[in-house]
Amino acid sequence: MAETAVEPRWRSYGTRRRSTRTVRVRTSVALVAVTVLAVLLVPPLIQLDQQAVDLALKLQPPSWAHPFGTDDVGRDLLLRCVYGLRVSLFVGVVAALTATVIGTAVGATAGALGGWFDRGVMRLVDTFSSVPHLLLGIFIVALFRPGVWPVVVSVGLTHWLSTARIVRAEVLSLRSRPYIDAAVSGGASRWRVAVRHLLPAVLPQAALAAVLMVPHAMWHESALSFLGLGLPSHMASLGNLIQTARGSLLAGQWWPTLFPGLFLVVPTLAIAGLAGAWRERINPRRRSELML
Amino acid sequence: MARLAGRRALFAAPVLLVVTFGMFAIAAASPFDPVRAYAGTAALGADQDTLDRLRANLGVDRPFAARWWDWLTSALTGDFGQSSVMRQPVAEVIGERLVWSALLCAVAFAAAVLGGTLLGVLAARRQGGWLDRTVTSLAYTLSAAPVFWTALLVIWLFALELDLLPAGGLTDTASEQVTPGQVTSHLVLPAGVLAVSQLPWFTLYVRQGVADALAEDPVRGARARGLSERTVLVGHALRSGLLPVLTLIGSRVPELITGALLVESVFSWPGIAAATVEAATAVDFPLLAALTALATLAVLLGNLLADLLYGLFDPRVKLSEM
Repeated sequence: MAETAVEPRWRSYGTRRRSTRTVRVRTSVALVAVTVLAVLLVPPLIQLDQQAVDLALKLQPPSWAHPFGTDDVGRDLLLRCVYGLRVSLFVGVVAALTATVIGTAVGATAGALGGWFDRGVMRLVDTFSSVPHLLLGIFIVALFRPGVWPVVVSVGLTHWLSTARIVRAEVLSLRSRPYIDAAVSGGASRWRVAVRHLLPAVLPQAALAAVLMVPHAMWHESALSFLGLGLPSHMASLGNLIQTARGSLLAGQWWPTLFPGLFLVVPTLAIAGLAGAWRERINPRRRSELML
Repeated sequence: MARLAGRRALFAAPVLLVVTFGMFAIAAASPFDPVRAYAGTAALGADQDTLDRLRANLGVDRPFAARWWDWLTSALTGDFGQSSVMRQPVAEVIGERLVWSALLCAVAFAAAVLGGTLLGVLAARRQGGWLDRTVTSLAYTLSAAPVFWTALLVIWLFALELDLLPAGGLTDTASEQVTPGQVTSHLVLPAGVLAVSQLPWFTLYVRQGVADALAEDPVRGARARGLSERTVLVGHALRSGLLPVLTLIGSRVPELITGALLVESVFSWPGIAAATVEAATAVDFPLLAALTALATLAVLLGNLLADLLYGLFDPRVKLSEM
């Protein structure tokens, strides 16, 4: 939309929008970097026990000593949030990778083989898109009992559908390109064409889908944990933190609820901003597409 | 229109068959044992013989495909089995909760569509202006916020700090009867939170659609004819900008159900969600299976609704040709 709108009245907004866009991308990069560094470096570098209980300090409001306050047994919330983010991010990344690998494999195979296999697989993808993700996730987690792997598997199994669609569409558009024809007429085997020519061309799209899926998977994990069906409570993820904060919220203490949520919102926005810029770079024509 | 509905129903039947079959397959692959779930702690001391007889009695010694077929045939007659956690038939459990969930979803969805359209048009009117930038950044932030978290913060603000509205439930604890006035006051917060969680999506798409339409020839023509800005915006730009949104409304039903599930459980709303969470915690397979099938059905109905709306609003689409 931005570049096609040549109404002179709006021209002046164009430059400003471009500069705010740069600022947004830089902020996103900085926030993602801070998140990753905090998650990787805080536990080994800072020798504080996040589980250290101090009942004398329970439910302290935010202060200089405890910027995010303390929870109902006196644990420092900033530290708890960083550790929670670590757990959530781990689950999110592993689940997103699982979903992307399944989705890429299914989508690429369907697109490359075509015919009845393609139609059958895509019909199956449509079918399973009709079940709300969270409900299917709850179903799987309930039957396999709460734990880390059931959560990872349930999020991975429910999220590959969109990736499969994207990758298939990409493969279909690639199949008619001259260089594929050249490879085929040059005597390259089906397998060689798929691995040497199709897969590298599809990877950027698949990687973008994977990055966009990380916040989604984190959201999913925290929703399951919030409902008491996700991670066990000794592996406190952000969802667990919000779940346990419910009691103190009803007593009027807002900080144990507010901060873990912010730890979900800020990385989500940062990743979305980053992925949006990335999408513009690999696919400039689709600039107007929303980042949802 | 009837033919389109019929065609959709024809597609819905195999979807439901495959989804329910998939549920039974997942259950068969899981470590979940219906006999132990049925017998509870009594199964701990029981010998293998008793367990085997119980297994045969419950009919769970047969392959999962056969059990799926039994479930399906009795489900068609309205019998979804017995819920072990609620101690009543599954159909009854769902029946008495469905109304409240449907009420919540309908109110929230209507509010989200109306509010989202309004904000989207206002934002599109002057792209890049302060209103546009405020609305857009708010929409992105809201769409990143987990709905259960916003729900909790809303309870803290409106129910605890300001003490304006009740924090949860359907009626006051002291009251014996369900009166419309009480339900309304208890509905405001959950429906508001659910609406706000769905709102960003509508806002952003309507904004995009209207902004695109504003740059097109019909709008230029309308402006050239000297029509008022309001007529141009509402009569021309909104009308064509809303179309792409209508086709996508159906695809929002899963998000709506997911959001309702979380909102209901935060506000202790006596709908389907509480039953789902309880069924999942207690591994109540019959209830869980029926609820999943029901949600799938709702999604399929949403798709049908989107098709019908599209045909209704776009004169170029003939429903008989879809």
